[in-house]
Amino acid sequence: MDLYTEGDPIADTRAPEGPIENRWETRRFEAKLVNPANRRKMTVIVVGTGLAGGSAAATLAEQGYRVKSYCYQDSPRRAHSIAAQGGINAAKNYRNDGDSVHRLFYDTVKGGDFRSRESNVHRLAEVSVNIIDQCVAQGVPFAREYGGLLDTRSFGGAQVQRTFYARGQTGQQLLLGAYQALERQIGLGNVEMNARHEMLELVIVDGKARGIVVRDLVTGEISTEMADAVVLASGGYGNVFYLSTNAKGCNVTATWRAHRKGAYFANPCYTQIHPTCIPVSGDHQSKLTLMSESLRNDGRVWVPKAKGDDRNPKDIGEDERDYYLERIYPSFGNLVPRDIASRAAKNVCDEGRGVGPTKLGVYLDFADAIGRLGRKAIEAKYGNLFEMYERITGEDPYEVPMRIYPAVHYTMGGLWVDYDLQSSIPGLFVIGEANFSDHGANRLGASALMQGLADGYFVLPNTLANYLASGPLEKVEPSHPEAVAARRDVEDRIARLLAVDGDRTVDSFHRELGQIMWEHCGMERSDAGLRKAIDQIRALRDEFWQRVKVPGDGEGLNQSLEKAGRVADFFELAELMCIDALHREESCGGHFRAEHQTPDGEAQRDDDRFAYVAAWEYGGPSEPVLHKEDLKFEYVHPTQRSYK
Amino acid sequence: MNLTLRIWRQNGPNDKGRMVTYQVEDVSPDMSFLEMLDVLNERLILQGDEPVAFDHDCREGICGMCGLMINGDAHGPQRGTTACQLHMRQFRDGETIDIEPWRARAFPVIKDLVVNRGAFDKIIAAGGYITAPTGSAPEAHSVPVAKANADAAFESAACIGCGACVAACPNGSGMLFTAAKITQLSLVPQGQPERYTRVIGMVDAHDEAGFGGCTNAGECTAVCPKGIPLNTIGRLNRDYLAATAKRGDTPGA
Repeated sequence: MDLYTEGDPIADTRAPEGPIENRWETRRFEAKLVNPANRRKMTVIVVGTGLAGGSAAATLAEQGYRVKSYCYQDSPRRAHSIAAQGGINAAKNYRNDGDSVHRLFYDTVKGGDFRSRESNVHRLAEVSVNIIDQCVAQGVPFAREYGGLLDTRSFGGAQVQRTFYARGQTGQQLLLGAYQALERQIGLGNVEMNARHEMLELVIVDGKARGIVVRDLVTGEISTEMADAVVLASGGYGNVFYLSTNAKGCNVTATWRAHRKGAYFANPCYTQIHPTCIPVSGDHQSKLTLMSESLRNDGRVWVPKAKGDDRNPKDIGEDERDYYLERIYPSFGNLVPRDIASRAAKNVCDEGRGVGPTKLGVYLDFADAIGRLGRKAIEAKYGNLFEMYERITGEDPYEVPMRIYPAVHYTMGGLWVDYDLQSSIPGLFVIGEANFSDHGANRLGASALMQGLADGYFVLPNTLANYLASGPLEKVEPSHPEAVAARRDVEDRIARLLAVDGDRTVDSFHRELGQIMWEHCGMERSDAGLRKAIDQIRALRDEFWQRVKVPGDGEGLNQSLEKAGRVADFFELAELMCIDALHREESCGGHFRAEHQTPDGEAQRDDDRFAYVAAWEYGGPSEPVLHKEDLKFEYVHPTQRSYK
Repeated sequence: MNLTLRIWRQNGPNDKGRMVTYQVEDVSPDMSFLEMLDVLNERLILQGDEPVAFDHDCREGICGMCGLMINGDAHGPQRGTTACQLHMRQFRDGETIDIEPWRARAFPVIKDLVVNRGAFDKIIAAGGYITAPTGSAPEAHSVPVAKANADAAFESAACIGCGACVAACPNGSGMLFTAAKITQLSLVPQGQPERYTRVIGMVDAHDEAGFGGCTNAGECTAVCPKGIPLNTIGRLNRDYLAATAKRGDTPGA
């Protein structure tokens, strides 16, 4: 393939040797420490204030570092972690149902379709229990039993009840806990908070990450901020598809700018398509809304047996319905993992059996559950979700089955990090969804919150100290030539975007890019489709730089300018995603290649050729360089996932 | 449907601002209110005009970033609904809709419909937390919490910090926001040690930020998209009274 070149493999991930249960303890003991008196002299920049960034900024400040925190929203409390509904996994085994650190580790490696790093995942399972303790101490109002102890539920097909939750607003409550800890540190003067600021460039001095260039979104002022280390917690890149469950502002700019400066981008093609979202209603659609996966515990998924059957669902008899998940996967039924449920929905719609005005939808029917448990019980469990559905669609799901369709939800890929969560640039750490680390090719439900908080509260604060202790680093001013050059790049880019003054809006380009990605790099990918997509993306990117129209100027609040910069970076990322998807000639987790499936249509991995992390180095525009990190499975033996 | 919009346009904090009338055609009842504004903005950009600036992010009613006065109602006519979740089927063909920013002394306008709600963060920084540095937490089950208290704490914790309560209040008071956090944290055992210093700190920060006083008008709870109940303010007042009587930081108080 002429689309990329291959570089040296990644030899060392810095994970300690020895039994997996001891590796994190070993690492913590071996890590160098920073004297409390010296911490006050060190500045750490944290970009993003979601679960990972908020918890990291608060914890680092508690430890005594000077922290500068940045977010594009008007308050750190609004980061998109807030929208997570379902819950957070932890290996507490409060249910006495056979759960353990090892089982959570095992489930996560298997759920990730054997494309994650065992050492990292084990550490995640270990610290999961501390997260619950920490959040309870902060006053997070988890659901409780009548005896006053914490309630847990089974989630996303797990066979143990290890998911802690706060109704359908778990992300909100966990984020507010981290936000309040952060605000406490802001009040104490330990964190300098910069809301409505966007990172537009990374500053590297002597090979180390030493600062960022940011734009104040209110005044338009560009400034350069220096530090001893930079932490990116800027979230995922699902908005490359334009329509996704992400917030409108979610973007790849912080991580992409770091990638262009040398940070490897790992597994960009691993994207998670969530099966239960409200279908697109028209061309005006600006985002997609998730309906919690917990609905699949009681809802039954079906489509008509006959193609093009557009009768009212009430008039379609039981014998004319195909409960296809129950039919194909009798042992897991409606609770199969996300990637499998999504693809099955796509398949029945491709067959012409989709429902609703666009025919891109399947029914999620609660009639059985309402009959069995009564409407009251269903209201108590899902009332808020049913109301949300009705608000958006105008249909009453107690009377008419919900219509759902898969939508882009989460990105497992991200900047490559070692065991210490350090990127390939020394001093640049990446946490939460922004890194690639723990979910392999598919993330399990209720594991994103766990990873974000594990990274921010418990992992990074230990590993970052080890890096800082190797200092002290020489003081660098914003007047350093590298910092000045980075700032000039930002200013030039903004000037370029404003100067095009074409005849198409930023959104029209973004929408078109999203369609290309959804069509060719979405639920199913193929060699021919991906090659076509790469050509289309390149052509559209050229057109963008010739025809985009960004009104106004760079002084002051200009939301079109913000969007334009983000979309420009999405174009470059989109191409790399397609190249990554094209090079990975196997199916695994969220990455399904049409050419690589079993005779009955399931994903077919190729462990001999592809049991590695694909870490891409920026080698210039459209010239990625592939570095492979081989994955070794010493504890969980790779098997074909089967949910039949 | 076809609509007439009258939208507040204000170039910056120092601009006087004015209502400007726009026509939008072919609005689908399935559009959200913000998608309807997107359509208007796309047209304005192509005409060479500046699009209307408004805050929004998650568009699923949870981040609290959006906030518009729609025909004088904070978040518009549908109860329990943020502007981003409001859909155009709530309006009639031919209707005229007034769209304005939150108006309150503590929330200065930045541009058009965008306001600065940083004062809310200051209230939280002044005590809206439980001090529990990372690593110091005891085992989660060591302190049971009565389910009724946990549920009531959750009800108050559902606040999204959008500011509708302030915008709807005739006094521009931020008391419902402040009381929601105080109620949540005072209902759980972990929140007791700081209970009385918290209420004093937060109420002082509230007053310093320029919010008005509460006169129990109750407009706040009527427009709250998350249904935070008015009785949280009663709780705040009780705690505040107790705190001033005890001088919260007195040992043994």
